[in-house]
Amino acid sequence: MSAPRDVAGKRLPAKQYADNFADLKPPLNAHQAAVESDRCYFCYDAPCTQACPTGIDIPSFIYKIRSGNLVGSARNILEENIFGSMCARVCPVEDLCEGACVRNTAEDKPVAIGLLQRHATDALLASVKPLFARAPTSGKRVAIVGGGPAGLSCAHRLAMLGHDVIVFEARAKLGGLNEHGIAAYKVKDNIAQREIDWLLSIGGISARTGQRVGVDIALAQLRHDFDAVFLGIGLGAVNALGLDGENVPGVFDAVRYIEDLRQASDLSSLPVGRRVVVIGGGMTAIDIAVQARKLGAEEVTLLYRRGSGQMGASEYERELAQSHGVNVRFWSQPRRLVLSNGEAVGIEIERTELIAGKLVATGATQVLAADMVFKAIGQTLVPDALDKDALGILDASAGKLRVDENRRTSLAGVWAGGDCVAIGKDLTVSAVQDGKLAAIDIDRFLRA
Amino acid sequence: MVDLTCSIAGIRSPNPFWLASAPPTDKEYNVVRAFKAGWGGVVWKTLGDDPPIVNVNGPRYGAWWSGDRRVMGFNNIELISDRAFDTNIEEIARVKADWPDRAIVVSVMFPLDEQVWRKRLAQIEATGADGIEINLGCPHGMSERGMGSAMGQQPDLIEKVTRMAKAATKLPVIVKLTPNVTNILPAALAAKRGGADAVSLINTINSIMSVNLDAMAPEPTIDGKGSHGGYCGEAVRPIALHMVGEIGRFADTRGLPVSAIGGITRWRDAAEFMALGAQNVQVCTAAMVYGFKIVEDMIEGLAQWMESKGYARLDDFVGRALPKLVDWKFLNLNYVTKAHIDQDLCIKCGRCYIACEDTSHQAITASKNGDRHFEVQDDECVGCNLCVEVCPIENCLTMAPMQGGNDPRTGRAIEQGHADWTTHPNNVMAGATTCD
Repeated sequence: MSAPRDVAGKRLPAKQYADNFADLKPPLNAHQAAVESDRCYFCYDAPCTQACPTGIDIPSFIYKIRSGNLVGSARNILEENIFGSMCARVCPVEDLCEGACVRNTAEDKPVAIGLLQRHATDALLASVKPLFARAPTSGKRVAIVGGGPAGLSCAHRLAMLGHDVIVFEARAKLGGLNEHGIAAYKVKDNIAQREIDWLLSIGGISARTGQRVGVDIALAQLRHDFDAVFLGIGLGAVNALGLDGENVPGVFDAVRYIEDLRQASDLSSLPVGRRVVVIGGGMTAIDIAVQARKLGAEEVTLLYRRGSGQMGASEYERELAQSHGVNVRFWSQPRRLVLSNGEAVGIEIERTELIAGKLVATGATQVLAADMVFKAIGQTLVPDALDKDALGILDASAGKLRVDENRRTSLAGVWAGGDCVAIGKDLTVSAVQDGKLAAIDIDRFLRA
Repeated sequence: MVDLTCSIAGIRSPNPFWLASAPPTDKEYNVVRAFKAGWGGVVWKTLGDDPPIVNVNGPRYGAWWSGDRRVMGFNNIELISDRAFDTNIEEIARVKADWPDRAIVVSVMFPLDEQVWRKRLAQIEATGADGIEINLGCPHGMSERGMGSAMGQQPDLIEKVTRMAKAATKLPVIVKLTPNVTNILPAALAAKRGGADAVSLINTINSIMSVNLDAMAPEPTIDGKGSHGGYCGEAVRPIALHMVGEIGRFADTRGLPVSAIGGITRWRDAAEFMALGAQNVQVCTAAMVYGFKIVEDMIEGLAQWMESKGYARLDDFVGRALPKLVDWKFLNLNYVTKAHIDQDLCIKCGRCYIACEDTSHQAITASKNGDRHFEVQDDECVGCNLCVEVCPIENCLTMAPMQGGNDPRTGRAIEQGHADWTTHPNNVMAGATTCD
């Protein structure tokens, strides 16, 4: 295990990259949409709607696809979830709306709600007309910290309600994980930016990119200058493995790598290992494992310390990895990085088992050679944005911000949502709902 | 082994499945393909006098589709045969000679001119064809010229033309009736008075298939304009069943042989028409949608069903359902049913609930102990069947008759005997109501 790490770009023929990163689920054509929409039973108090974190009236939007009323259909979706187009692509529908579809009971085949939602919203985005009008201006100004799904959802709803919004975004581009984090094969044709362009077309929202709150501007300043503040700061760092040498060359942060991948203009230029080990069991772990294979990695092993039932990634995602030739190894945890000349060239893993509900290492070990080791064991809040007055809203045990059901923090005039808060799942759709609920509450507050 | 051979008005065929007079029976080529596929007979597409009519050269058909574009209803503005009379005659003679066991009935439409009928029917007789069908139903184009349904809507003309045809040929004469009347019985009676050996029904129904909202014109659109056409296909079957049933149960028309037409797509449809008194059936739209091969299922399916029921011949079940087709006033008001949901089959879509809640009797509840759960409340259920009809799962919702005790809705005891409107105290005409 002393050979130099084999990490290189251009592992594949040039044209292969486009094929590998083609749309994972191609859109429905008009005929497919007609056939699929006809399958919806138009359930009463529909279980799919109940399962949607944003509460989209799914039977109504599908009914409208069937009737050819695509604008009305998109309105049903976007009035509850302004990121309806992205969510149609990235939601774990098998765990949400489609998992609740009553068609599962009799035929084990739900209505393809995600693809239908994409059909309606893509048609609307292609028209680039704002669907919602702004209420008369209130004269109130709200600062949004973080231009991801939570922040922009909040911004859009506030703009609709008549308030003026300024979004402070640390990166050069808006979008958060939609732009920087989602697997590339789920979001083709620059959809994340096109959706944001459409969203901003309502007016009343201006963006200040490259502005990191806590560094370039203080939260206290925002609280002073604005009538309300919404924090949608996400999770800025990945969890550490807790192994010696995890900062040496050869060990990578999966989130950062995916961000580079999403922004790469030429995928063949991205260096990828011949043998890749991914550590983690969530969506990010699947995303990096699958994309490593698509970039030409020959052997990709995903290590998860528990079984398939406990995995954060859905069954669909796990099967996606397996169908892409990722070797998913359950009940395996990293024990030690194998270092050579100051670089990680492999990893020693150890079998685990569950004894009386407790995960324990069995002592059975094995060494896997690796040209790249990816850390994908969850992300963690970077509290840079929180100044002294604001530290009280951090729930230390959860490592997240504490909010009430309206996404209001205990700090006067400050709301929060998205991955950085302690309630809801870390999903795009939950972030959108957080932003929406916060905006509604902020509006109530501003008009009180 | 069941015997599917069929005889109607003296015309025999190896099975009761005929192709109706329509595009599929337009010429020798199609008819031979149909016979090869197993069809028991055909009614050759309607012959008119020379010179032949002309058809539009734009679209002739329109359709109404389900979401996956299954044809639910269909219509056409095609006219009768647009080929020369002699061409048809030559082909009919040849096909009959080649397929002697199959029934070939020739559909005709002529003006009220005795000479024409005599001349043309003699020519048809010479082909060896088995019978004549008078087209009194075509509701478009020909009707504007005083033929087709224009004749079929006037009982005196039906009688007259039937008499004219009977006088002109020894072949059995079937009179094809139009459904574009409020009551089918006067037409059937007129055919009978004129000497018809049988009637066939229904021809197509006046219809506009759809309106093109871009062109602001009816479909099918021919150079920007549209005309009403004849409606057919599965959607018209209930209308046809009713009309066939009326002829079978009305005393003065009962016994008049009926060849049933109207949306027949599967063997079961044929069995239903025959249970209401039809001797055989004619099919068009299903063949036009799926091709001739569907007759295979019709033959097999009917035979298997007959065997399972112990019917050896068609006559064993023809008309069997007729005694049970009655006026509303004879329906048993003591018969009380309640809807029942099989919880093991229920997929919890809630359609029964919302249909009942919004539009009927508020007799279904949507939750139980806070869970999504649908259940019928017998004290509100009037037994209307709406929930059964909207339930997407077969046999999940059923109607169960109450056998005794009290109806929890009315509090009244379930009576065992029959009691109908004719004897009901609310019926002020009770004394005057009599059975026909």
